Amino acid sequence: MNPETSPNSPRTHQQPKKVITGDHAVAIGAKLCRVDVVPAYPITPQTLIIEHIADFVSDGELDAKFLTMESEHSVMSAAAAASASGARVFTATSSQGLAFMHEMLYATAPLRLPVVMANASRTLGGPPGIWCEYNDSMGARDSGWLQLYVEDNQEALDMVIQCFRIAEDKRVLLPVMPCLDGFVLTHTVEPVEVPEQEEVDLFLPAYIPDITLDPARPSMIGTFMPAEYIMELRRQTAGAMESAKKAIGEINDEFARRFGRNYGGLIDTYRMEDAEIALITMGTVTSTSRDVVDELRREGRKVGLVKLRFFRPFPSEELRKVLSGVSAVGVFDRSISFQGGGQSYNEVRSALFGMTIPIINHLAGLGGRDVTREQIMKMFEITLKAAKGEKVNLVNWHNTRGETL
Amino acid sequence: MITIKELSDDNLFTAGHTACPGCGVAMSIRNAIRVLGKDAAVYVPASCAVVFGTTFPYGAWKVPFFHTAFENTGACLTGMQAAFEKKGKQVISVGFAGDGGTYDIGLQSMSGAAERNEDVLYICLDNEAYMNTGIQRSGGTPFGAWTTTTPVGTKIQGNRRFKKNLGDIVAAHEIPYYATLSIGHPLDFIRKVEKAKNIRGFRFLHMFTPCIPGWKMDPAKTVEVTKRAVESGMWTLYEVENGEKKITYKPGKMKSVKDYLMMQGRFRHMSEEDIKKLQMWVCRKWNLHYKEKGAPQICEIAPPEEHHAVTEEHREMHGP
Repeated sequence: MNPETSPNSPRTHQQPKKVITGDHAVAIGAKLCRVDVVPAYPITPQTLIIEHIADFVSDGELDAKFLTMESEHSVMSAAAAASASGARVFTATSSQGLAFMHEMLYATAPLRLPVVMANASRTLGGPPGIWCEYNDSMGARDSGWLQLYVEDNQEALDMVIQCFRIAEDKRVLLPVMPCLDGFVLTHTVEPVEVPEQEEVDLFLPAYIPDITLDPARPSMIGTFMPAEYIMELRRQTAGAMESAKKAIGEINDEFARRFGRNYGGLIDTYRMEDAEIALITMGTVTSTSRDVVDELRREGRKVGLVKLRFFRPFPSEELRKVLSGVSAVGVFDRSISFQGGGQSYNEVRSALFGMTIPIINHLAGLGGRDVTREQIMKMFEITLKAAKGEKVNLVNWHNTRGETL
Repeated sequence: MITIKELSDDNLFTAGHTACPGCGVAMSIRNAIRVLGKDAAVYVPASCAVVFGTTFPYGAWKVPFFHTAFENTGACLTGMQAAFEKKGKQVISVGFAGDGGTYDIGLQSMSGAAERNEDVLYICLDNEAYMNTGIQRSGGTPFGAWTTTTPVGTKIQGNRRFKKNLGDIVAAHEIPYYATLSIGHPLDFIRKVEKAKNIRGFRFLHMFTPCIPGWKMDPAKTVEVTKRAVESGMWTLYEVENGEKKITYKPGKMKSVKDYLMMQGRFRHMSEEDIKKLQMWVCRKWNLHYKEKGAPQICEIAPPEEHHAVTEEHREMHGP
């Protein structure tokens, strides 16, 4: 959470704190949202989420249908069907599981089913691995799901709550995928303020969809769609994604007023007011980068940080605005799209089209490799060089053996 | 039990759909949903039924309809039913999947729902090949049949495998109810659909549904073909209720499989040797179904040693 953008808390009492893992925080978030149906399938490092939810249901703390499905494909199928039948649906997955359900991601979004699914970011093999990389969720970026990357366990919990508000907003009605860094958050404990149920109930009213599979008002969902009609449907989905930008901002602000934590909406910024260069980060690397920014600032270098929170919808306007005064931008990526850098880098370049500043890609932490202060320092150094007009590589592999071509 | 006269004429799967004349799938859907009534919600995976029943902006369904993909009927029914139960709604979740969507790509999803004993009704419309994509072989395709992926070549003629025994696979999940149906036997059909409607837990109705272009047959002969299938033993009518198997219709004298094959272009190329092979397979099946314990072999068309021989040959070809 960025202290710069955090307003003074309007709350009259302190929310209780728990020292919990990111997965536990996500599960508590889902419980607080009073989800109706949770189809589940285990996969590291997400499994703790569904285990905690199973506990909640078995202990009577959560009145939900917990479905032990036989695959992730079936998880997202059941999620879509339950959502179409009027239920608030939550689930979680990771990596190979997300890839396995990929087909069904493309059913949920255009059918406007507001499912929320946490993704524990994990490398998508081969070669197989279980640690943090964004190449799992990046493959789903064009499915129509909203997608965001959280920085800590508190944000993980808070965003599950916000995600249901965003997903079920009539201007949006799209599924949302909050992503949390595998192991770095999923299996690491942090103190987390747990909102009161009554406060969440006030923030998130019951889900009342307009159209469901109801025999009293029969409707057909997912009919065969000829070319004469499908483009309008695509346009509507695109429009909903665009509308989500406004909804995300408003819901962020309301959450901040009620719970005292302001995440900035689509993006968050740190010491950007007079920054000459900026680094754009996602996920947990943001926290380490704040420290590096402080250190460089102490040395008198005017550097700032932009935390890219939402990847879909992509905050192009917001980035152009916040980066209007800088002379170079570094873009951190935790995955590679095998055509000239990471996905975030390519999106940022598109967003900043027409601006003449250098945009430099920094690939680090793929496969779960640690991203250290030294590496981030180096990212700033290279970006500073570019700002001064020195020749640097556009795509930089940090802390990586072998040649950069 | 409901009679044909008492069946509602309020068609919940309406006229105006674009199925082929004589389509066994359309007839089965129409009559099944008439028995199930308006408190049903339907899931249909990728199949002809999605195309001929729901091509936007037209729709033949007067009950809620849902479709997303091909391999997930069991899972979608699970999700629908979970939501209905959570919301306190009394709805029968019904799936209409094809043989490809059940024997092959949807087997896992169906098995998951069966094993969890989800309170849903799974209906498999078995027309013995991938008809919607233009007649390709599935696990439900019978021996010898021509399909576009088991063509009649100079070296290999038609499908070389025997139809997968889906009934035993489904029943092995120890579900409350599994039954086979045929639209050539409407009383049996209605009784089984009604029975499945009123049982709780996972129910599976396996319907034999001729496909006019896929079977290369006369569209006027849909009912006759299903009758001949049953009379020859190619299709058997039975039910398994809580593990108890019961034959619901036993043909009088076994008819030669040839009678059944010759009505359909997909079998017309078959050599005498292949027909004999298939006849042996049917005889074995006939004995398994209709022979009482300890009684002598009852298939009148081939002597018992030949049944044995085909079993041995089958083992040699495909392992035990």
